Order: sequence, then C-alpha cells, then structure tokens
Amino acid sequence: MKVTIDGFPIEVEAGTSILNAARLIGGDIVPPAMCYYSKLEGTGGKCRTCLVQVTKGSEKDPRPMPKLVASCRTTVMDGMEVKNITSPEVIEARKGVVEMLLINHPLDCPVCDQAGECHLQDLAYEHGAAKTRYEFDRRTFEKIDIGDKIQLHMTRCILCYRCVFVADQITDHRIHGILNRGDHSEISTYIQKAVDNDFSGNVIDVCPVGALTDKTFRFKNRVWFTKPVEAHRECENPKCCGKVTLWYKGEDVIRVTARKDEYGEAEEFICNTCRFDKKKTSDWVIEGPRKVSHKSVINSNHYDTLHPLPVVKTNPVLMEANKEQFERETRL
Amino acid sequence: MARKLLLEHINVPGINTFDVYRSKGGYAAVEKALKTLTPDEVVEEVKKSGLRGRGGAGFPTGMKWSFLAKPEGVERYLVCNADESEPGTFKDRYLMTHIPHLLIEGMIVASFALGAKTSYIYVRGEMMPQIRILEKAIAEAKAKGFLGKNILGTDYSLELYVQPGGGAYICGEETALLESLEGKRGNPRIKPPFPAIAGLYGCPTVVNNVESIAAVVPIINEGGDEYAKLGIGRSTGTKLISAGGNLRKPGVYEIDLGLPAEEFLYSDEYCGGIANGKRLKAVVAGGSSVPILPASLFLKTINNEPRLMSYESLADGGFVSGTMMGSGGFIAYDEDQCIVRNTWNFARFYHHESCGQCSPCREGTGWMEKVLHRLEYGHGKMSDMDLLIDVSKKIEGNTICPLGDAAAWPVASAIRHFRDEFEWHVTNPSAALSGNYGIAHYADPLPKLEVATS
Repeated sequence: MKVTIDGFPIEVEAGTSILNAARLIGGDIVPPAMCYYSKLEGTGGKCRTCLVQVTKGSEKDPRPMPKLVASCRTTVMDGMEVKNITSPEVIEARKGVVEMLLINHPLDCPVCDQAGECHLQDLAYEHGAAKTRYEFDRRTFEKIDIGDKIQLHMTRCILCYRCVFVADQITDHRIHGILNRGDHSEISTYIQKAVDNDFSGNVIDVCPVGALTDKTFRFKNRVWFTKPVEAHRECENPKCCGKVTLWYKGEDVIRVTARKDEYGEAEEFICNTCRFDKKKTSDWVIEGPRKVSHKSVINSNHYDTLHPLPVVKTNPVLMEANKEQFERETRL
Repeated sequence: MARKLLLEHINVPGINTFDVYRSKGGYAAVEKALKTLTPDEVVEEVKKSGLRGRGGAGFPTGMKWSFLAKPEGVERYLVCNADESEPGTFKDRYLMTHIPHLLIEGMIVASFALGAKTSYIYVRGEMMPQIRILEKAIAEAKAKGFLGKNILGTDYSLELYVQPGGGAYICGEETALLESLEGKRGNPRIKPPFPAIAGLYGCPTVVNNVESIAAVVPIINEGGDEYAKLGIGRSTGTKLISAGGNLRKPGVYEIDLGLPAEEFLYSDEYCGGIANGKRLKAVVAGGSSVPILPASLFLKTINNEPRLMSYESLADGGFVSGTMMGSGGFIAYDEDQCIVRNTWNFARFYHHESCGQCSPCREGTGWMEKVLHRLEYGHGKMSDMDLLIDVSKKIEGNTICPLGDAAAWPVASAIRHFRDEFEWHVTNPSAALSGNYGIAHYADPLPKLEVATS
C-alpha cells in the first residue's frame, strides 16, 4: 500500500498504522507518541499528541477525514495522503494537547529523575508555550511505594495506560490499574498492594514521564551525567533477553534499563533481577558505548538554547565552526 | 391533536402489566414480524420508515442495522442503551416506567430482525425502580411465551437480560457501554472497528436507544411507509421530548417532528409557555450537550423562518446560529436565570463525568469548569472568555468519543450568544452574585409579558 506523509511516499504492508508508516520514513515527520508503545498490544489513542490530518482517505474514497485522527490507531489505506508537520491545524491541536498534558503536571523537572529522558519534556520543548495559562491548583497525590523497588509519583502521571498494558501482557497478572475517572483518575493498587513480579520493573521503562521511578536510582544522578553502555548477560529467566543498557557514573553501575530505540521504546523487556540486582560490572559482558542521538539532552547536556558570544556572530570562521550548534538551536 | 404512536395508551390504568398492554393491541408487532415477515423484511421496513436514532446523533436506524456484519457461526447482539443520563433528558425513564412492554416488544422485533439470540438492556445504575419494572415485565412476557425458546411456536428464540450500569454518564457512549457490559472499566473504545463489526465480546453488535427500539413497534404495526408520512423531510415520525426548566407544564411530550418550536413552547397542548408569566431567555433544545440558543434565535432561524422541532431545522445555521435535536432534553430558561451559572453547572457535570482516558477532555473539562466557577463567583477576568473559547476549540474534535465535543459545545455557544452577560459578571462581580443580568436583547423584539394564570 502506498501512503504519502507530508509529501514523502512510502510502500507499507496493509494494516500498518500511520504512525508506524511515518517511523519507516523517519525524520521530523514522525508524530510524537506518549501513550502508544509498539511492543504492547492495544496501546495508543489516548494521549492525542500523535494527531494527524488525513487529506485524502484512499485511492478508492478520496474524501478527507473530517477530524484529525490519532495516527497510532489509524491504519493506512492505499493512496492515503497524510499531513503532519505541514498542517497548521495539526500543529495547533498538538500545541493544545501538550498544554492540556502540562496543566496538571507538576513541572518539577529539576528534581525529577526522568528529566533528560522524558518524552513530555521533549514534547513541551517542541510545542509548549513558555508560560502556562492555567491559574489554578494542580491536582496532587501522595507518593506511593509499589513494591520495594518502584515508586509511584502519581502527580506526574499523564495516564497513558502503558504500565497497565505491561502488567497485562508482560507480567503474570495485573494488580494495579486505573481508579476513579476524569482528572481524578489515578494509577493505583488496591490497599497499597505491592507490585511484585519478575517483570514489574518494566513499568519504569515504559512510563513516558517520571511517574514510575526506579527506587534504586532515585536522586542518585542526572541522566545526562551518566554514561550509557550496552551490555548483556546470560539471564536465568527464560523470558528475559538479558540485553540491557548500563548507566555508569565513574566506575559504578548506578542504573540498568532495557535498551531503548530512537522512539524511547524498549527493544526487549528485561527481568527484575537484571534490572535491580546486577549492578556490578563483573555481572555483565560489555558490548560498547551506547550511541545517543545528538538531539538527545543526554548528549548535549542541556536543553537551553544556544546563546553565542557576539564575536561568533560576526566571525565567519567561527560561524562555520558552530554551524551544527546553530542548526540544533533552530530545531529546539 | 397529533397522533401518538408511543404514548398512545400511556394513561390506561395498568398498562405496565402484560394483560392490559396485550388487550390494547400490544405484542401485535411481534406476531406480525415473527409469523409473516423475514428478518430482512423487518430491516427493510425500518429503512423505509426513515427512523433516525433517538439517542442524540440521529443516525438512520435502518442503515445502522444493515451495516451489521453477519459472519457465519458468530453470535450477534442487540444492546439497548438505556443509560440515559444527559442533564435535561428523561424520556427513556418515563417510557420504561410507564410502558415497559413497549420496549420489550421492540427488543423482540429488533432482535429478530438482527438475528440476535441474546439481547441486553443496559440501564443506568441510578434507575433501580425501572430495572425492577423491566425485569418484572420480562418475566411476564416470558411466562406468556413471547420470550425464551421458540417464541410463539416459531423457531426463533431470544433471551433478554437487564444489566444495571455503574452510574457513569460515559457509559451512555456506545463503545463504553459495551466495555461496561463486558465487566470492564467503562472507557470508550477507539473506533474503528465499529460495534457493527466487533462490538460486545468482539461480536457484531447494534446499540440502539430505548426510544429508537420502541419506535420499531409502530413501524412494524403500520408499515414503514405509513410511519414515514409523519414528520417533515428526513425527520420522520414522532419524537419524545422531555421538556424541563421554567415551563408551565414540564413533562414528556410526543410530538410529530416538524412541529413549530413556538407552538411546542407556548401552546397549551404542550409546554404551555413560560411559568409565572415570565419571558423566555434561552433554550437548550436537545439535552445539555447541544449548543444553547437565545430566545430570538430559537424561535426564528437566522433567515427569519420559523424554527421547527426537527433534526434539520434545529441544526439550521450550523453552530453559529443553530443547535441540535440531540436526545430531546428540552430546557427552557426564563429571564431570571443566569447563563454563566448554567454554563458552569454543565461544565461541572462534564468535568465530573469525563472518563479520563484521553488528555484533552480529561484536563480541558476541569480547566473550563474552574474558569467558569471563577467567573460565576466574581473573580473572572475579561480574558477568560477568549480563554474558554480557545480551550473548548482544543478539546472539540480531538477526543476519542463525543464527550469532549459535548463538553465544549455548551461553553462555546454560551459565550458566543451571551458574551455580554459573561462580561457583566466580570465588570460587576458583586451585582452578579446577588442579582442577574436579565433578558437583555436576546428576545428581541421582546414578547408581551404573559399574564400569570395561577
């Protein structure tokens, strides 16, 4: 099936979603996704950040779709034409969604462990306004320890339901879920039951924000000061792949996570033993440093836009030398 | 006096029992359909009748039925949506309370047409008396052989169940209703697939409003063509309107679609005008989620034609100067009602009822509610109106289910038509707390003050 996204044509299999087709093309035209997770069945459609405009339904039925559609849950049709970043309506709607996601978010990035690898942070830098128009109290929740290794900071949650799907599909059984409704709804367990399962740690990896954090890593370090290294080990658990990223600070492994692809999705899920208990270099076979995209804050160490010295702006040699930095600035 | 189709025998004593209902010609449609018609012929009759869904969206029922996928060896289901919780709408409850057998008769005929062997009536959890009434009626019908195995000696069998809901407005959305019926959290599903392909338990399912199903009975009794003669244009048949607010005679009325709005509002046969001799200020024509209209625009369309109670005429003028038929929850406001407070009340409802699944609705409804609360209680700002319009635009159309739209429309339309009242709340906060803005020019030219009769 042929589909055109922002003018880029691509051939994809039937049943592919618009988002996945866009990911095959890659680059700036990939819609952001906060709730969709390609490894988990049934995710998506909830956060509405991946909204796109379908200007031509298909070759057979060329009518445009009346509303913006969630690209993660809309399958492509032959001859479909989609507008993402070329459509002002999409940009406007996405800006609105980001604003909505942020109104009840505490914006405590300076003390949040997720800062630096947080999808909401990236999204807010791309689409958000510098000031909020929301002038009321934000909803707050008490922090809950779910199990001895995971902490739930519900205040930061954007209710993407990813951790619910992980519990349904990766672990044996689910004991946490969404309670209440509307903006009072919360991820929780009944009567503070501990989430204790061999694969429960994956909820930390799938959480797009800092709502579910690793208690063995909390407040240890900022992610951009750590060095990610790819490693693997022979894991006794048959369901675990044993392929991880180790996050080093100096000589110490301070965190173990699953390997994530460029969209922040774990390539394969890992077990809790690998994640929480194996924190010595001797436990692992090191493969080499992890490639981090130059776009990532982990690489550039800061989110701030570049403020070049006045001399750089006038000297053509310096300008040429800083070309890449300037390009990055315009992207931000 | 217009003919009643649904509420013809509503005042007969004991019509809620099987015997009285049967003696008034009840269950004739079941006999006719099961003994003389094939399922496809029943669908054809409903298609010919032009019946449109009475739950709010107004989608043609016959079309919906013909879209139902019919794969071999897979169960099909009919689900009746009796989760009526739209503020201002109470027609289904009235129907179920007083004439439950009409719904059951409609369910049997509709299930027969769709080939469903099991059908459900999903009733709002708060309507416990109606649930008991329905269960009693089902037991009666079953005892007389109209439900269960081999109905009336034919080879058609049907089991009918009543399922109480958990009491959430969102479960009136058809896919959320199916989730709830399956015993899950009532979150709307992402469409496609539509319920006609994969609905309840993944099987093809039709979800219809109580009134749509009840209307199948007169359609089968009299034929689709006869039914289509009532009404106007594409709005055929009769519609139950639950009229509330500052009316002299609030209640449930069955009208022929196409009745002039003015006649409905002022004639003694229907609402009888505004109570206590006051003047009409505004009207919500179809339940809380449709745009509110000032009196002048409700009685006359923007082209100065008289507005009729029909799907098309109420929608005349689009969202700029029109509204929608919705579910028929007609609310009238007299000159003493505060539109800001009313809008806040609606926003509060949608904030409370948003399921929290998708972000624009979850966060946006709460935001609108807070801003409107601030306006109502005298802490508003002039910029709040534009903020509300902007927020409502960000919600509208960007959500999974129509609840987002339903939350956005009343706010946007109230500001569109009553902006000066909102501004007055900002400029005169103390006066706004003790008094109200009055009728202003919304009923321009002002009608004569009615003489209080009581």
